[in-house]
Amino acid sequence: MSRHVADTVANAEATPEKEQPFAALGLKPDEYAKIREILGRRPTSGELAMYSVMWSEHCSYKSSKIYLRQFGQKVTPKMRERLMVGMGENAGVVDIGEGWAVTFKVESHNHPSYIEPFQGAATGVGGIVRDIISMGARPVAVMDQLRFGAIDNPDTARVVHGVVGGISFYGNCLGLPNIGGETYFDAVYQGNPLVNALAVGVLRHEDLHLANASGVGNKIVLFGARTGGDGIGGASILASDSFDSTGPTKRPAVQVGDPFAEKVLIECCLELYAGGLVEGIQDLGAAGISCATSELASNGDGGMFVELDNVLLRDPTLTAEEILMSESQERMMAVVTPEKLDAFMAVVAKWDVETSVLGEVTGTGRLVIHHGGEEIVNVDPRTVAIDGPVYERPVAYPTWIDALQADSASSLARATDGAALREQFLTLVASPNLADKSFITDQYDYYVMGNTALSFPDDAGMIRVDEESGLGFALATDANGRYCQLDPYEGARLALAEAFRNVSMSGAVPAAVTDCLNFGSPENPEVMWQFQRAVEGLGDACMQLEIPVTGGNVSFYNQTGDQPIHPTPVVGVLGIIDDVERRVPSAWQDEGNNIYLLGVTSTELDGSAWAGTIHGHLGGRPPQLNLETEKKLAHLVQSAALEGLLMSAHDLSDGGLAQALAESVARFGVGARVWLNDILERDGMDLTSALFSESTARAIVTVPREDDVKFVGLCEARGYPVLRMGVTDGHGPEATLTVQDVFTVPVAEILERSRATLPHYFD
Amino acid sequence: MPTIVVEVMPKAELLDPAGKAVSGALARLGHTVFTSVRIGKRFELTVDGPVTEATLAEARMIAEEMLSNQVIEDVISVHEAPAVGVGA
Repeated sequence: MSRHVADTVANAEATPEKEQPFAALGLKPDEYAKIREILGRRPTSGELAMYSVMWSEHCSYKSSKIYLRQFGQKVTPKMRERLMVGMGENAGVVDIGEGWAVTFKVESHNHPSYIEPFQGAATGVGGIVRDIISMGARPVAVMDQLRFGAIDNPDTARVVHGVVGGISFYGNCLGLPNIGGETYFDAVYQGNPLVNALAVGVLRHEDLHLANASGVGNKIVLFGARTGGDGIGGASILASDSFDSTGPTKRPAVQVGDPFAEKVLIECCLELYAGGLVEGIQDLGAAGISCATSELASNGDGGMFVELDNVLLRDPTLTAEEILMSESQERMMAVVTPEKLDAFMAVVAKWDVETSVLGEVTGTGRLVIHHGGEEIVNVDPRTVAIDGPVYERPVAYPTWIDALQADSASSLARATDGAALREQFLTLVASPNLADKSFITDQYDYYVMGNTALSFPDDAGMIRVDEESGLGFALATDANGRYCQLDPYEGARLALAEAFRNVSMSGAVPAAVTDCLNFGSPENPEVMWQFQRAVEGLGDACMQLEIPVTGGNVSFYNQTGDQPIHPTPVVGVLGIIDDVERRVPSAWQDEGNNIYLLGVTSTELDGSAWAGTIHGHLGGRPPQLNLETEKKLAHLVQSAALEGLLMSAHDLSDGGLAQALAESVARFGVGARVWLNDILERDGMDLTSALFSESTARAIVTVPREDDVKFVGLCEARGYPVLRMGVTDGHGPEATLTVQDVFTVPVAEILERSRATLPHYFD
Repeated sequence: MPTIVVEVMPKAELLDPAGKAVSGALARLGHTVFTSVRIGKRFELTVDGPVTEATLAEARMIAEEMLSNQVIEDVISVHEAPAVGVGA
């Protein structure tokens, strides 16, 4: 067998007419022409490999860039106050006070998770955790935002088992608590589940690290796992002589992760940071060495020289192109000064991490890569990593959306008698999207490390950062794809508002945003319109709430056949809490507390869980959102929490008041007596709306009787609508949820219905 | 009873974390002659009656579609075990 010889720069210059498989690598003819123009010659096969992966939608954001700029433009001075690192780095960093900072980001791993659910989801967790490490932080928690196909489709179980197993395997082995997330089922995700992974880390201000390669003569070091043939299905096209893109590719398209190797990598990196041994650092994820070298060099002040023969290989048959594109997991690239190289090597040797020096920072402004003694890459790194193609894709107002918006839920039949409402209440409680998710979350470790203050099923997850002062953060993520289908602008705003509300309910003060924008194909003008509207909505809402987007990810081409998914912009909000002792849980723990409803209810059933579950209906306009009102609610709850007036706070969202009541009683088995007549009278509506409407800026809170006057006074002073609507009452097997004059349901029955759904399909 | 043996290995290109762990442990214990370990699985399918081409074909089919995950694993061999060994 003859060894594959890499195409050299000299060879490329000598053979300008050689045909290259750019189309099979996903490059368009004009993109290939552009590469030739940049280089003034044809690219070598190694250069073609680098450009093709770095100019892909996933790495270059070529369709989304022009819209994402608004996140950097729609900012107020207040939004910059806490922002230490904004968009464009591996993850955003937020100052939370006392010398501490938090870095967090959400990313998609949708397509790999459909092909190989277990490894796809596992490496999704591993990848986002490495982004956090590369900022100089210790990862402290993860969360996952999952969307699966219809719960009763036989293929859904395959994906659910694999994805949940992969997340729990990787996260639990790493020893990171999984403190929340989302799980939804909808047929639109049947052939394209969404597996988004969020990680969050903590660092001292002085430990902040960035991905840049500066200082001529500094060494480029690759460390961690060896490079193998993972995830380079496409690269084998370059290695074959025939360029036959129709044949099966030799290399697998998926990666296999090793969480124990990643755990060692975390500890190794933290020791390197503590010793001040790295100047710049970058994790290796999508596009592997191609991405790490070109990004580090672009962000630095010079160029870079790399000797590819120095890469430690797991498989010695890998070609140069494959080495450049390999997505082997658990690898990092560091920039180290020559003086500190020995100390660096001593630390990595202590952790038994394999390391090799690949090259060094140069002053040429070029990224030069040698293999087998020949020059195979010589490019301006910025043309690879930063100045990729930018598209202003055609945008078209969807032909179907007016009809969809006109088809309001107001025409749907509404029950008026207690027995029918009781049955609808239980049907919703047991519906896949509202049912208890402990079948999934019980597979995750959520208390490991001992700093989890709140976790699923609370509205937000919360982690203590400083064990002395109690300083901590809260995190919540939300996205309602049904709302976004009806109106992507409003849907994105609603996603942000819900995450903001959830964080506020915990007593924390929202400070920053991350997003994972999951959409269909950008080549579909109607999808592009949805994307444009969603980004505008999110940008506008962030500016109004004065919390900045710090980073995130865009995932396009999510569709089942030709049918795009509902636009699903997952929004994560991070909040700060001075002392986690003051946190507010979501559910009721004590009897005899008064239950208050904050906010006003309108008849807003369009796109609701009630419309979807009871009537199989999706149409109309999503609920009205007033962000000034949301801010007032957040401030009110934060003040009340600070004064210690709240025993619990739970926001009202999917499933409305009914679902919030169900979750509040089910968690600890504390029953309640509630009445709706005051709501019906004040807000002028019917029972169905009072129970199931999804009006925004609402919450139910419980207050001890002795603090009633103080609490109501606080609400009145702030002009926030408040109604006493019940008392917590009864505990144990006899506890019931009684909605006076409507229905009574034993708490045990709510629990049974809620907990039966997921095990029925997946156990 | 005749037995069909199915052997499945992780794809050669992909990381085999368990094999890597064993390989590292062997080296630490002084067995340095072994440079790499990969761990696969072996299935023994006992057949009611003689092994025919049809039974082998059926075994190959389930090996490909059920006993292995073709995305990350390869079926290395499907063959009838020699008629000696423990048990009967």
